[in-house]
Amino acid sequence: MSGLLERKLLFVTGKGGVGKSSVAASLALLGSQRGKKTLACELDSKGNLAEFLEAGKISFKPRKVQPRLYVSSVDSEESLKEYLAVNLRLPVMSRLGPLARLFDFAAVAAPGVKEILTVGKPVYEVHEGNYDLVVVDATATGHVLSQLAAPRVINELVQVGLVRQQTTWMLEVLSDEAQTGVVIVTTPEEMPVNETIELAPRVEAESGVHLAAVVVNRVLPELFGRGEEEVFERLGEPSCTAAVSEAAGGDVAPIFAAAGLAVTLRRTRAEHLERLRSSVAAGVPVLYLPYLFARAHGLRSTHQMAAALGDELGY
Amino acid sequence: MDGERTGSGSVETLLAAKEILITCGAGGVGKTTVAAALATMAAVRHGGKVLVLTIDPARRLADALGLDGLGDKEKQLSPDAFRAAGVTPRGELWAAMLDTKQSWDDLVRRHAPNRRTAERILANKLYDNVTGRFVQSHEYIAMERLYQLHTDGNYDLIVVDTPPTRNALDFVEAPVRMAEFFSSRFLRILSAPYRSSVVSFASKPFLSAADRILGSQFLQDIAEFFSLFQTMAPGFVERAEAVNRVLHERRTTFAVVTTLETAPVREAEYFIDVLTTKKFHLGAVVLNKVLPSYLLDEKAARTATTLQKNADRVAADAGEGVGEVAQVSRVLTEVAESFLRFQVVAQREAEQRAELSVGPGVVATVPFFDTDIHDLAGLLRLGEQLWTP
Repeated sequence: MSGLLERKLLFVTGKGGVGKSSVAASLALLGSQRGKKTLACELDSKGNLAEFLEAGKISFKPRKVQPRLYVSSVDSEESLKEYLAVNLRLPVMSRLGPLARLFDFAAVAAPGVKEILTVGKPVYEVHEGNYDLVVVDATATGHVLSQLAAPRVINELVQVGLVRQQTTWMLEVLSDEAQTGVVIVTTPEEMPVNETIELAPRVEAESGVHLAAVVVNRVLPELFGRGEEEVFERLGEPSCTAAVSEAAGGDVAPIFAAAGLAVTLRRTRAEHLERLRSSVAAGVPVLYLPYLFARAHGLRSTHQMAAALGDELGY
Repeated sequence: MDGERTGSGSVETLLAAKEILITCGAGGVGKTTVAAALATMAAVRHGGKVLVLTIDPARRLADALGLDGLGDKEKQLSPDAFRAAGVTPRGELWAAMLDTKQSWDDLVRRHAPNRRTAERILANKLYDNVTGRFVQSHEYIAMERLYQLHTDGNYDLIVVDTPPTRNALDFVEAPVRMAEFFSSRFLRILSAPYRSSVVSFASKPFLSAADRILGSQFLQDIAEFFSLFQTMAPGFVERAEAVNRVLHERRTTFAVVTTLETAPVREAEYFIDVLTTKKFHLGAVVLNKVLPSYLLDEKAARTATTLQKNADRVAADAGEGVGEVAQVSRVLTEVAESFLRFQVVAQREAEQRAELSVGPGVVATVPFFDTDIHDLAGLLRLGEQLWTP
């Protein structure tokens, strides 16, 4: 299982709302804690990644926020500037206006053109050996395949030119199982599990990138051990609840109700987990992260999640 | 233009006065389920013909709506399904699932100047790529389909569940962007080399740079596609503007759906902000999956703390006949700790809720259901919670 962080490039995806960015942040944090020079990189998104690392405002240029941990945010315009500077040696600032507009068109015409620039940036970092590990907070399940498959699509459409060269080396990095993988994040709920089951087999087939792991986030704790659930049920009988209330010096009914809710929630979720486990291909590790009953989400909870991930990976 | 606020009221009165309700919100907040529940309630209570247009429902929700295996065409829920759920609806509930690809094909056939052009567009190798992943393609199609259904006039109320978008309000802006796109100068420049061998002076620098980056064959493919696509411009522009007008009409309202988790709340605030600024009618905010209020009870929290600290004594005092004292004590400790853990989350939620208070008049709250919703009875149960404050 520990192979996950031996890879150099991880794309983290998942249905909206499952905690994709927090998992990406904790994977990156764990990598840096284990001595790797790590880049956590957000692609065209809403800026959640920085929050989980309490990194303040992040930009295209990576910034060091923890020992060995760098954070950046990649958008297509900045990628284009760098791409043009590197590949065409253009005096970028003066020429960018019209070129950016042209590029907008190319992006509309074949959306893959835009994606190869944004996906291209983290791939480039790996290709150049700038980091030991690059963790990408990619787009949600609905869009991630068009992001990851873009280099392949464009490679087929464009036969010559700089873009062709770029997609060729990108495909080499992306399709190398030892270097690159996709991590799907889910929660033990119906829709996220459905989307994960649907997406898992399509990742490699459609984009050529291998599925490295499935992370189940927000797993509720098991409250009761063997025989204890029966005890809880007996305690819930009115006479018993009254006796406990008296002994505890206050009404315990809401406390029991909350535990009842926790038990049913866990049970419903266990069914979805079972469904998930039975449909994820053997050999793809499934990692579990506990629900964090935290006051707020920030670096502290990211540390907790990184520790939990470390446990799951056997560190 | 209609920037009015609803004032204090209920979802019930809101829906009685509207013809279109559009739900929006972050992914994973239960938008689709809320849309389905609202449409169900409207059909049952208000009567008339109600349609719920959904994008990608959970399998079991699709089953609940009788949508299993169904595509683009609207289908009525059988009265038997309502009878099984124990209600007699006053009206009819219809449901349809949006098929983006099919809708795009229909649109091309409608707007192309002739059949031959339509077929050439549909056969172009860039077409699939473009319609599948066009800027805001799904968003535009959802609004376009809504407009079609609305102007056909078959339904008294249409409830639309919006697709999960990368950018919050793409779908309301999609018609405008589509119109802008078709009337833009750059589209003409891009399609110029295909139309004529005389390339305008202004476009030359763009094309030579593009040529180095993309290669000329690809550029020509793009140009061909766009010059074909541009033949549809007049129809598209007119249509997009009409769609936009309907979205701003007084009979159209929006419901922002959110849970009380941090990220969805932030997105909901953004939705509310943009809807208000752009003068759409914000009808309701729906708070979904809210933890029970007893978790915020101070007295219960104190009791839980006592219970946690004195579990052994309480078990000895009150646990007779329940089980071994040690076991009862363990259970009581777990129960008390679980309460205190959930309380932290409930407090966080209460704070989020306070931050959302600057919404419209109607704020509906749906409690955390401990099971998934997979039949009409479940939708009704949720709908009841939404209907009246």
